[in-house]
Amino acid sequence: MLEQLTYASEAALNGLMAGVMYSLVALGFVLIYKSSGVFNYAQGVMALFAALTLVGIQNGQVPFAHLINAVTGGHLESFGWQVPAVLAILLTIGVMVGMAIAIEKLVLKHLVNQAPIILFMATIGLAYFLEGFGDVMWGADIKTLDVGLPQGINETVESLTGAWFGYGFFIDNLDIVAAVVSVALVAALTVFSQYSKQGRALRAVADDHQAALSVGISLRFIWILVWSIAGFVALVAGIMWGSKSGVQFSLSLIALKALPVLMLGGFTSIPGAIVGGLIIGMGEKLFEFFIGPMIGGATENWFAYVLALIFLVFRPQGLFGERIIERV
Amino acid sequence: MFYREAGDFKTSYRADSQTFPIRLDRMGYFAALAVAYGVVPFVIDDYWANAVFVPFLIYAIAAIGLNILVGYAGQVSLGTGGFMAVGAYAVYKLMTAFPEVPIFLHVILAGGITACVGVLFGLPSLRIKGFYLAVATLAAQFFLVWLFNKVPWFYNYSASGQITAPDRTMFGIFITGAQTSAAAKYLFCLVILTLVALMARNLTRGTVGRKWMAIRDMDIAAEIIGVNPLSAKVTAFAVSSFFIGIAGALLFSVYLGAAEVGEAFGINKSFLVLFMVIIGGLGSIFGSFAGAAFLVLLPVFLKNVLVGGLGWPTDVAAHLELMIVGALIVVFLIVEPHGLAQIWRIAKEKLRLWPFPH
Repeated sequence: MLEQLTYASEAALNGLMAGVMYSLVALGFVLIYKSSGVFNYAQGVMALFAALTLVGIQNGQVPFAHLINAVTGGHLESFGWQVPAVLAILLTIGVMVGMAIAIEKLVLKHLVNQAPIILFMATIGLAYFLEGFGDVMWGADIKTLDVGLPQGINETVESLTGAWFGYGFFIDNLDIVAAVVSVALVAALTVFSQYSKQGRALRAVADDHQAALSVGISLRFIWILVWSIAGFVALVAGIMWGSKSGVQFSLSLIALKALPVLMLGGFTSIPGAIVGGLIIGMGEKLFEFFIGPMIGGATENWFAYVLALIFLVFRPQGLFGERIIERV
Repeated sequence: MFYREAGDFKTSYRADSQTFPIRLDRMGYFAALAVAYGVVPFVIDDYWANAVFVPFLIYAIAAIGLNILVGYAGQVSLGTGGFMAVGAYAVYKLMTAFPEVPIFLHVILAGGITACVGVLFGLPSLRIKGFYLAVATLAAQFFLVWLFNKVPWFYNYSASGQITAPDRTMFGIFITGAQTSAAAKYLFCLVILTLVALMARNLTRGTVGRKWMAIRDMDIAAEIIGVNPLSAKVTAFAVSSFFIGIAGALLFSVYLGAAEVGEAFGINKSFLVLFMVIIGGLGSIFGSFAGAAFLVLLPVFLKNVLVGGLGWPTDVAAHLELMIVGALIVVFLIVEPHGLAQIWRIAKEKLRLWPFPH
């Protein structure tokens, strides 16, 4: 029994770490939703695209090599240099900002005043486009991402828990780094939105687009800003997930993992995204641990959704969401 | 000049409330039906049936189903793939359990079973609205796919975990299995599509359809004027899932022949059908046809041009296809949020006045 309990708490702890990663993706959603009312389905693909770009720049790949080869019949592969990780990350941030500007100019600007569901569907289209674009630009093969983050079992935790419970917990170093980074990111975003001028403008836009416009806040600048921040968050998420399991298409599916986190935490709340992520990460690991073996395993694919669905029936706005008031 | 409603006088209630009240429309649809039933089956070959016609017919059924839910009742669903899987596995279980019953009945029954499952997952829509509902329907998508993957009873304990359609006939003609002729596949799907389209058309212009639209436009206001949201939403989910289930059953039994649930009915299928509805036009039966035709033809066309015409490698072509489909969705939403159906309406408007627009 005691053994069972230590295994369960190990699973729970790992779940918490995974939950932090979900929160990281969910954070990007919340940022955009709060400030522009757009539910950005493309967030996961943005993470994939950011990770692809980072790897591509690091390894000095030629962008669009496959396409150019197909058209000209050449065989370009790479520039033959390696870019240091820090510089590559800075360049990728630049690319993500460029992307934010392009999205604002080409898509959002034309969709002002449309129904939210139309905007949502536009981001699904955007997700498809970016997925294809990333593949055309950098190739679809699985890449390894290494920016020098520590990986593998954390020996301190193992020896400590080994001394306490007689059983060493397995915690990946990368998960710990991810947890620390997420906490730092959330703190930074909170400080930014509470104490900086742009942050205040951002909250004003979130409250009321028209009122914000009337006091002279540039909606377009705020949108570019928010999408850039979301792109940055996507990059962080892409680095974490990419270091963990390689940069490949399945990376974009983390968006699907983040959706129930959002539903649980509420679409408009940054703390909600964090708490929701922790609940879902821990819940799905524990469910898989206790119930999974009885019903065939691999429950992680749907558990989060069903949990969120049941939860929402009782509290439709999520844990921390703003109360939904409907008027005729 | 070419399209006119003037001079088309109705002298009885029956004439006034028929399915297609404008004579020109009616004649157009009859002509389309005559070509579809009288010409195409005799000239169709395997390539055209498998690449274009059969998928078009099946996806048109699915798109009509989803359009009822999203376009008419305003409940966004991302669970289409899961519901199609229910139809496919239901028809598979029925076909193997009762081999002597005609396949047509099985397909309809599979639709009925899907309708029940759809109602089950539709019930939360009474509490959950908008995005929350869209995400909640993903629960159906993932749970159902997992269920069909993990419970061996659904795939009759086959070693590969796949389901394979056995040979079944109607009136002595093969409808499913390897020996089916292209014309038989085509006609079977066409008959069902015709029935589905007629049913959808009449449902959406009757009491039920008006209730759906009232709920879509504003559910609280609709409730106040006496529309029961429970019955409206549940019927929308039931009818929509019924059609989607039929489409899933046909996709598996007639078109694919063998299916693996994660691959054939994954989330991408949900998006594909949703895109058909958006590009075709929300809240339009004609739009469902147009959207299905567009998204079935586009990959065939791109493949022929990029791979066949320019000789590019297939993977580059596949990625470009993703880009083009994604960009098209965005362009459509910006330029014409009401889809191809709206373009068709505008064209009719123009044709009515042409060549003297003033």
